[in-house]
Amino acid sequence: MLRLEPRQQASSTMRWLTPILAVAITMVMGGFLFAAMGKDPFEAIKIIFLDPFFHETFGPYSRSQLMVKAGPLILIATGLSIGFRAGVWNIGAEGQFVMGAIAGGAVGLALYPAEGIWVLPLMTIAGALGGMAWAMIPAFLKIKFNTNEILVSLMLVYVAYNFLAAMVTGPLKSPDGFGFPESRSFTSVDSTHLPMIYEPLGMHAGVMVALALVIAAYVMMERHLLGFQIRLTGESPRAAKFAGVNPAIIVAVTLGISGALAGMAGLFEVTGPAGKLTTNFPVGYGFTAIIVAFLGRLNPIGIVLAGLLMALTYIGGELAQLSLGIPAAAISVFQGMMLFFLLAVDVFVNYRLVWKKEVK
Amino acid sequence: MKKTLLEIKGLSKSYPGVKANDNISFTIQEGEIHALLGENGAGKSTLVKMIYGLVHPDEGDMLLHGEHYMPHKPSEARNLGVGMVFQHFSLFEALNVAENIILGMEETIPRAELNAKIIEVSNEYGLPLDPNRLIGDLSVGERQRVEIVRCLLQNPQLLIMDEPTSVLTPQEVEILFKTLRKLSSEGVAILYISHKLDEIKALCDHATVLRMGKVVDTCIPAEETARSMAEMMIGGELSMPTAREFTPGKTLLHLESLTLESLDPFGTSLANVSLELRAGEVMGVAGVAGNGQDELLLALSGERPTDAGMVKLSGVEIGGMGPTTRRALGLLAAPEERLGHAAAPDMSLKENAYLSARVRQGLTKSGFTLFGKRDDFAREIVEQFDVRTPGIDNAARSLSGGNLQKFVIGREVLQKPTVLVVNQPTWGVDAAAAADIREALRELAANGAAVLVISQDLDELMEMSDTFAVLAEGRMSEPRPAAGMTVEQIGLMMGGNLEESANA
Repeated sequence: MLRLEPRQQASSTMRWLTPILAVAITMVMGGFLFAAMGKDPFEAIKIIFLDPFFHETFGPYSRSQLMVKAGPLILIATGLSIGFRAGVWNIGAEGQFVMGAIAGGAVGLALYPAEGIWVLPLMTIAGALGGMAWAMIPAFLKIKFNTNEILVSLMLVYVAYNFLAAMVTGPLKSPDGFGFPESRSFTSVDSTHLPMIYEPLGMHAGVMVALALVIAAYVMMERHLLGFQIRLTGESPRAAKFAGVNPAIIVAVTLGISGALAGMAGLFEVTGPAGKLTTNFPVGYGFTAIIVAFLGRLNPIGIVLAGLLMALTYIGGELAQLSLGIPAAAISVFQGMMLFFLLAVDVFVNYRLVWKKEVK
Repeated sequence: MKKTLLEIKGLSKSYPGVKANDNISFTIQEGEIHALLGENGAGKSTLVKMIYGLVHPDEGDMLLHGEHYMPHKPSEARNLGVGMVFQHFSLFEALNVAENIILGMEETIPRAELNAKIIEVSNEYGLPLDPNRLIGDLSVGERQRVEIVRCLLQNPQLLIMDEPTSVLTPQEVEILFKTLRKLSSEGVAILYISHKLDEIKALCDHATVLRMGKVVDTCIPAEETARSMAEMMIGGELSMPTAREFTPGKTLLHLESLTLESLDPFGTSLANVSLELRAGEVMGVAGVAGNGQDELLLALSGERPTDAGMVKLSGVEIGGMGPTTRRALGLLAAPEERLGHAAAPDMSLKENAYLSARVRQGLTKSGFTLFGKRDDFAREIVEQFDVRTPGIDNAARSLSGGNLQKFVIGREVLQKPTVLVVNQPTWGVDAAAAADIREALRELAANGAAVLVISQDLDELMEMSDTFAVLAEGRMSEPRPAAGMTVEQIGLMMGGNLEESANA
């Protein structure tokens, strides 16, 4: 009979090796998946992981897309990781991302065609507030009625999707858009166009803000009282109460921060890479960021690396769609496998499998 | 000539960084009550876990009735006639007695038959139990009976008991001892772990003393004194706290009709608890666990705020304030549960020092942690309270129970509180460490603070208290001077199953 036995002490080296191991297993199992679809698995893995860097024709463009895609993932995952460490499970970052884009975008559209460098910061603040407000709904319901924030935040994603559809076919629809369900372009006006800082690496202003916030989050979690209280709440809720931590405040703060960062990411997306609000605007960054947060071990540096890796699979996945005709859904499965195998490998870090004969 | 039941031959077990058991050998005879003595971290728990099949030795062998014995899991040990009653019970409060007993059994017995058997066995051994009562409604002593009866139903030849009396009233202890002696007379051997040396003297035929994972001595407890056995355990002289003159100062803590509803469905609400605690005073609060002790601690630590006027510190109404404000004003607390309440298990000792000492020790500057100051304070606790740990980077979880307790008490004492409330300060702590903790608490009072000690250990309370009160079913008796009271008087004040214990 096979049984799982808890290990005395999980190895700390293994804790850091598991993400790498998970990626390796994903490559192997992904290879089987692609092979089963009649594609060359080695070619597919090479295209996903290497071509974005080294392909002669696609390389330069792909390299510049890496940070563009990693930026929002890192920003959202940083916010989520703060909540996850407190044991507050915000699964609805996707909705907060959309609401941030709508709120910030609406401010930009209201000011259209105002010029001035103050427009974009104002939109960013509005975006953060929009995301935060959306996250405060599950926070409020949890504090007041002890609802489950996983369910509430997840369901609000779909409300946000529908709200977006209503906005782009209604109040935010471009007057010059021939009736298409989309807003005005933000990139066509300088004041609402997210500036590109370093083109070859795709470092736009939003990426810079994301990296700065990663550092700020690290400092807060490791050096500030609030970070300590957040970690303590996640580790041991009763010890946190003994230490004088108010759990309601931790729920509100962590959901607020993760919502604000997701909303900010939405605003950067809409004023940069996406360019305008459409019903196709959300591409699942808010969900993928959950994988990024865990793959990065809820640690800021880990999240940056995991964000880059996930971005790579997006870009490489697109290349694989182009050159091998691998469907987008297969790429999503591939990404999902990473979290799946990470969790599976984690089990073996904390437990060991033992074969035991049935004892009479 | 009695026959050898269990022979332990050279058992060793290492954990990363520590050799918990080093070449341990001794024998247990049939029908013998054998005490296992040792300080916290001496390796007693590891040893009994190996005998019970919870932990595997790295080296060594055991013989049961002369045959090779090496259980791979507890059920194997139970089938071979080895039972164990743990210090912390594994019972489901929402299930009844019979249901809890079924959960631990391998084979299934019809309920009616099982109920009859429970009643029969429990009465036979003087531990009457009603199989249909909910565990949540039972006193701690009765819960322990469930654990013992559960073992007895398996007809054990060896019964391991880990600190069985730490939660019992004196009357309950007497009943337990009668049961154990009866079992012994029927040939059942008992391996008995306790820190209460007087009990061991009264009960045990033989004692094996462990220190730092090794057998250092054996003795016949009846021929020793509690002091001489304690000295074997620590390998040196035992320092006992010295008696001191008590001259009460002004009132520091004033409870006025403190009423607090318990949030725990099986807890006890506090009803109109009033007391005055004065500078220089150590007040002992006795009572059987689950009579409102936890609620009293929560109401004083600030985790459960009450009406402002119910709790006053030096005249200031603090009933409505939270833990942080109370700490700033000088009211500190050390809860009973070390891991998970007083300390966060996976956090380092540094962070656990910061956990409650942040405000009074000034460990933050505009919200940012002052790491140097924090680490210094953690180191100070470890040094002054003799906390045995490889370093302050180690997680609280890695410390043995007694060492963590020293850390928790040290953390509060070194913050120089005006009033300190402690719940079960020496639960599961060895004699030497317990003496140190008690001395530290008394010294705190001698320097003008007031100390409220909530405990179920009457000897401890008698030893250190100036005044004495009893908490029973959420109500507090009038505090009276401790001098002149006898343990028996207090035991009767504590209530619980008084009639039953008187008849037994």
